[in-house]
Amino acid sequence: MRVKQLSAFLENRPGRLLYLLNILAEAGINLIAHNIVDASDFGIVHLLVDEPEKALQVIRDAGLVCSLTEVLQVAIPDEPGAFVKRVLEPLAKAGVNIEYSYAYSAPSSKEARIVLKVDDLELGERTLQGALGGDAIEG
Amino acid sequence: MVWSEIECAPREKIEALQLRRLQKVVERAYRQIPFYRRAFQRAGIVPQDIQSLEDLALLPFTRKSDFCDNYPFGLLAVSLEEVVRVHASSGTTGKPTVVAYTARDIETWAEVMARTLNCGEVTRRDIVHNAYGYGLFTGGLGVHYGAERIGATVVPVSGGNTQRQIMLLQDFRATVLCCTPSYALYLAEVAQEMGVNPAGLDLRVGFLGAEPWSENMRREIEERWQIKALDIYGLSEIIGPGVSSECLAQEGLHIFEDHFLPEIVDPDTGERLPYGEYGELVITTLTKEALPVIRYRTGDITKLTIEPCACGRTMVRMAKVSGRTDDMLIVRGVNVFPSQVETVLLQVEGVQPHYVIIVDRERGAMDTLEVWVEVSEEIFTDELGQLADLQRRAEHALREGLGVSARVKLVEPHSIERSMGKAKRVIDRRDVYGKGEA
Repeated sequence: MRVKQLSAFLENRPGRLLYLLNILAEAGINLIAHNIVDASDFGIVHLLVDEPEKALQVIRDAGLVCSLTEVLQVAIPDEPGAFVKRVLEPLAKAGVNIEYSYAYSAPSSKEARIVLKVDDLELGERTLQGALGGDAIEG
Repeated sequence: MVWSEIECAPREKIEALQLRRLQKVVERAYRQIPFYRRAFQRAGIVPQDIQSLEDLALLPFTRKSDFCDNYPFGLLAVSLEEVVRVHASSGTTGKPTVVAYTARDIETWAEVMARTLNCGEVTRRDIVHNAYGYGLFTGGLGVHYGAERIGATVVPVSGGNTQRQIMLLQDFRATVLCCTPSYALYLAEVAQEMGVNPAGLDLRVGFLGAEPWSENMRREIEERWQIKALDIYGLSEIIGPGVSSECLAQEGLHIFEDHFLPEIVDPDTGERLPYGEYGELVITTLTKEALPVIRYRTGDITKLTIEPCACGRTMVRMAKVSGRTDDMLIVRGVNVFPSQVETVLLQVEGVQPHYVIIVDRERGAMDTLEVWVEVSEEIFTDELGQLADLQRRAEHALREGLGVSARVKLVEPHSIERSMGKAKRVIDRRDVYGKGEA
């Protein structure tokens, strides 16, 4: 359920995301999901990749600021209400705050995958394991 | 007509007065201020060694850092009971440069500011729109007391609220404008946006100072406002505005040298330079009671001339300031040292930041100050809110620490240019000294 997510700092101007993702492409690292949050001048790119440690190294070597963060990744059925019932309600009840979150799904898959950065990783993980049982995926 | 007879006195008379006053101030500084006594002793000098104006060169210099080292009141020659006012300007680090005045110093200041305004033939019939900031900054109150001394009507509008200022200029029909040159241009811009023609107002003369400005800028201000734009000069360490002023001839700034004794020195060696040569302006106060200052290194580059002026004043003239000996910036009339920015950033982030200061001036707009800070591994977090919060805290701390607002921009590592491994700290895109002029 816990996975290592990369976060990289980029200036908010044309070509910067290209620059970052090129570094990964050239290192043969596969991108699983990504999400961008931005302020006016800068943004933070969150990335799930197949080889996070290697990705961290190549991004840093390219001179960018980057870090690894532990986040939760869960799989839920791709159907109405699943996110609310299976994830959001249990976390809210347990008092776990979500700092940011994004979702992705493979076209062939019947499930959606949710990435969550929470304030209390232990509690969040336990809560979701209880709520999702076998649906929680191992990262 | 000049304000005081001494302004047109024969050189011998001015110089005799200067020597008498110099001997007195050196004696007082030695007797009353431990800092000067120690400095004189280190130089092997006693007050009696000053027998001519030339002997001034024997005395040690005073620097801005001496104000910091003796913060806040260590350079005073009188007890605080005799001090009726303090003002302050930027220091090179966290603490401001503090200056103090006795009742008689305030009188002296009003006198030299009356002379300044009189250089533009301001009389009791004039209405003076004073948009210099009132407060710790010396600009507002300096002009205020000078204009009152003349008997003019003062509109103490201070800085900001520009649209309202245009309304007041129209309604009160001010004839004299006092503000920084960049604010004069900004005011004109705002007036035009409001559908008010600046040239159609009653203003006829402007006393513009507190920051460097080029001849190009003067031409633009004169054109747009249809006024005579006069350069005025001063610094709080000496008194504030009122150290020197242009007259309507606009051929250099008359230094009121019965109160402020000027020299030009080589900034590197400290050697005195003759009239006509560019160097660093050094000033000794001749009449200040609370805070006499001996041979103050202003950091401003200029030259002096003793040639008589068309206006009849015999007092020495300095050329428009053409540069700085240090890295001090003047932004919207506020002195800013890169070292201050560094101190503030260090306090906010807790790490030594890589930064660059960018000063710019869009046409018709006020100066902008941007501080670009490289995001390092130490300050980076995966949460946008925390970085945005850091940005806001840095902006707040800079505004508090510098006295002028700055925009903080977070940039990628290594995006700030380094030459020879050392970062270039300041990019000034303005042409304040007119270096780009033909």
